[in-house]
Amino acid sequence: MTERYDAIIVGGGHNGLVAAAMLARAGRRVLLLERSAALGGASITREFADGFAVSAGAQWLGQLQPAVVRKLGIETPLAARDVDTVVLAPGDAPVRYGRGRVSGVGDGDTKRYAEYAKRMRRYSKLLWAWLNRVPPRLGSGAGTDTRRLLRMALELRLLGRDDMREFLRLIGMNVYDDVEECFESRLLKGGLCLDAVLGTHAGPRSPNTFMTSLYRYGGEAAGTALPAGGMSAVSNLIAKAARDAGAELVTGAPVSRILVENGRVTGVETEDGERHESYTVLSSVDPKQTVLSLIGARHFEAGFVRRVGHLRAVGTAAKLHLALDGLPTAGGMSADDLGQRLLIAPDPDSVERAFNPAKYRRFSPAPVMDISIPSVHDETLAPAGKHVLSAIVQYAPCDLEGGWTDASKKEFLDICLDRLAEYLPGIRDCVIEGELLTPADLEREFGMTGGHWHHGELSLDQFLFTRPLPGCQQYRAPLDGLYFCGAGAHPGGGVTGVPGYNAARVVIERDTHRS
Amino acid sequence: MKKYDALVLGAGHNGLTTAAFLAKAGLDVLCLEKNDYIGGAAVSRNLYDDWIYSNCSYVCSLLRPEIFRTLELHRHGLQITPYGGSLTFMENGDYFGSYHDPVVAYREMARHSRRDADAYARYSADVSRQCRFIRDFLLTTPPDPTSFKPRDLLGLLAIGKRFAAAGEDEMYDTLRFWTMSVADYLNEYFECDVIKAALSGSGIIGTALGIHSPGTAYVLLHHYMGDVDGNIGTWGFARGGMGAVSNAIASAFRGYGGELRTDAGIERILVRDRKVTGVALESGEEIEADVVVSAMDVKRTFLNCMDAGDLPEDFVNRVRNFKIRGSSGKLNIALDGLPEFPALPEGSSLHYSDMHFIDSMERMERAYDDWKDGRWSQDPYIDMVIPTLTDPTMAPPGKHFMSCFVQYCPHKLEGRDWTDPEREAFAQTVINQVANYSPNFKDLILHVEIRTPEDIESEIGITEGNIFHGELTMDQLLFNRPVPGYSQYRGPVGGLYMCGSSTHPGGGVMAAPGANAAREILADLKRDNTVPETFGDD
Repeated sequence: MTERYDAIIVGGGHNGLVAAAMLARAGRRVLLLERSAALGGASITREFADGFAVSAGAQWLGQLQPAVVRKLGIETPLAARDVDTVVLAPGDAPVRYGRGRVSGVGDGDTKRYAEYAKRMRRYSKLLWAWLNRVPPRLGSGAGTDTRRLLRMALELRLLGRDDMREFLRLIGMNVYDDVEECFESRLLKGGLCLDAVLGTHAGPRSPNTFMTSLYRYGGEAAGTALPAGGMSAVSNLIAKAARDAGAELVTGAPVSRILVENGRVTGVETEDGERHESYTVLSSVDPKQTVLSLIGARHFEAGFVRRVGHLRAVGTAAKLHLALDGLPTAGGMSADDLGQRLLIAPDPDSVERAFNPAKYRRFSPAPVMDISIPSVHDETLAPAGKHVLSAIVQYAPCDLEGGWTDASKKEFLDICLDRLAEYLPGIRDCVIEGELLTPADLEREFGMTGGHWHHGELSLDQFLFTRPLPGCQQYRAPLDGLYFCGAGAHPGGGVTGVPGYNAARVVIERDTHRS
Repeated sequence: MKKYDALVLGAGHNGLTTAAFLAKAGLDVLCLEKNDYIGGAAVSRNLYDDWIYSNCSYVCSLLRPEIFRTLELHRHGLQITPYGGSLTFMENGDYFGSYHDPVVAYREMARHSRRDADAYARYSADVSRQCRFIRDFLLTTPPDPTSFKPRDLLGLLAIGKRFAAAGEDEMYDTLRFWTMSVADYLNEYFECDVIKAALSGSGIIGTALGIHSPGTAYVLLHHYMGDVDGNIGTWGFARGGMGAVSNAIASAFRGYGGELRTDAGIERILVRDRKVTGVALESGEEIEADVVVSAMDVKRTFLNCMDAGDLPEDFVNRVRNFKIRGSSGKLNIALDGLPEFPALPEGSSLHYSDMHFIDSMERMERAYDDWKDGRWSQDPYIDMVIPTLTDPTMAPPGKHFMSCFVQYCPHKLEGRDWTDPEREAFAQTVINQVANYSPNFKDLILHVEIRTPEDIESEIGITEGNIFHGELTMDQLLFNRPVPGYSQYRGPVGGLYMCGSSTHPGGGVMAAPGANAAREILADLKRDNTVPETFGDD
């Protein structure tokens, strides 16, 4: 038996690390336990073929909140290259957008895009102002909650009358109708639709997808960037901040149980039977696993367990990693274009059609993709002259009918390669080695339920006041000493740092009140 | 030339309701209708021999009891008779029925899944709670959340209070209910596919959404929040067809001294100095009035019947972006006798129910996928009733009238107009699906009226033939309906009002939009209010 920690954090993904750093800075004695050999969770760079490495989970940096970055003091060492988004068209000139500009579309769309980007920025800033804070509980009667709610209302009103009305209209709408209202270019519309539905179990026609689109904008963070060295670079910086502050970070230590005695958390037990004591445990593991596997339903009230059971978390995004002998060629594309974020999303209907089979637990025969060739900018990832390609491929539901077998994986991999070759001709000849991670593989590798990168579907019914679960939006679980600090908690997934940051703050504030 | 106090454009049930309440307040009101019959989409038509077709809306439940009683519609001949339960035929030859009698309903559900039968009580209680919440706001004008006027602030406060009164847990349930898909919602209660499929239909009827689209759980309310004689969630037939509703309101309107003119299509709403002055009819005749109330949908009102120059540009853009989507079609069928359904036990009360023919969630959603691609559903969701079993006045003795509501049926086929062979093929798809469960059905058919959204649009005038005058999605509900900033029934031009289903609380034969609009108009004219406030439940 070791001595008692002030806080134990389960899981060393970026959110767990942020929480560890924050708590350690506040003078807490912190232990973080990570089951794999490396820290970072789904924000990780790893080798998948001899000499080829890739960001195996998240591949873009664009939502890490400036407030978190500043608090951790990692602004300066964080080197990332901003990229634009290029929507591919076979044998045709692509459309390129990002940083407030668009090219490759008509004059009307060019003008409207500038307006659109400004509008999205305004709304996204408002949304992320809410997302950066701990949400109020409804009807608690507590003064802080009422103040928080009124503040939200005030910020909404400060948008101005017209903008407020438009925000209230759009927030429940789908992205499909919004882009149809705004643009003509099919490629531009297709790209914006894919942006909105990445990582969700939704198609562009699904209501709520305007919200997910705003979510992706990242508020103040805004933009899409490639960190030098892949996503591990980000995790390592946060880990360093945590270590520097005195947190103990242990890898290769899978937690098998969170210990409960007399209705309160008392510590954790690892798979090899080692126990660590603490009256405060922050779990960055998704809420479903935390409650049902790590603790056990019997420690919770039945109504709460029912809600946990209803939490939807069926991942639909697969990852494709390819080791390439050289850069693929594509008509009308410059080498610079290839270094950007590349999308296969020819039009909104194609994205919607790709989604259809996922509803019936089947994968898309013509998937849509979000592709990165990071080695164009970063030679540390591949041997000289060679390249790596990493793509998010949708839709491949985790709960595939009949399960993900070698045969179904091979079938989907072939579909993906054919699809890629349609848009990047000649790519098949460049491929040295490939790896397909279905959501089922992602679930295994990163330990997230359903292989869902938001640890629970990002939709209005699992958002803000009801995320991760109604009544738990302030990170505190209905079990004394237990906190949620992962992507499943408010505000959701993506490399934002917010769940970890807020959960740590809640713990620190609690202690302040107690003392 | 006579000048009226108010003109109401369109004699559907909402137009007539507004007209009746205005006339009741002593205004000199003229209601204009383009067709040679009144009723809009709440109509009884004699299209074949001695049969009466409810050829658009076909069942009644949503009509607000406050309006029914204030206009004394019973005295004007309106009688609503509840009908029995609902039924889903299964591909394996079995069926799933629902009954009014809770004990029988439980046993039938338990035959498919005992767990679901137990869950139903909880489901029913939860949905009823949502119904009670929304019912209080049907007969009120939505507050403008951007306004600081006392009336709007009080309105918002009232909603907030009502919302908060439920307690924390239920507030979250309400938030989730308003944003979830009906499929996800049902998955939280039930396990049996046919039970979920049967219940999910109410989440999509009349909308261009699938059962997996978020927001469809809310649409359930539009099919559960009504009542027949106080029995919430019950549906009934109007004796003599749905036209009986419109005729009764029209009769009340005339009783208050109102004037009704048919064959009077609107060419233009006339505006001078940003105020309405009257309307020009298609015949060229002009009629003057200080108040013009349009019961037409907003697209038709503002894009077809007004000059864009008379309206703010931003408003016109918003109306253009208002979503009215044709998603349902209809078949009205005259039958030589009663079709047999061998799957049902002899003498079963389910013969009187509304019948459905697809039995799984996947089939429900696939029907929607076809619509998204611009086709009618190859395996459609049909809501079929035979009103003549309950109301024999609609067909000659021994004969029957059948109404098949079909989801999904697009307004345009892959972007182009329907051809006659395609309309026939659509009808065959529907007939075949019914015939799969009724061997003698095809032989009994005497006459079929085929109604694609295009047909409904050209006859009734509703844009894309959408039964709700606009999608019931969150971006078009409450203060967003029809467009943000104009949810209080006033148009952007002085003296111009909206009273159709494009306005809060939306479509269905509810008459609430018509009543709410009348209340606002009377307030503007500083007249005594004749419109009832909500009675509330219990």
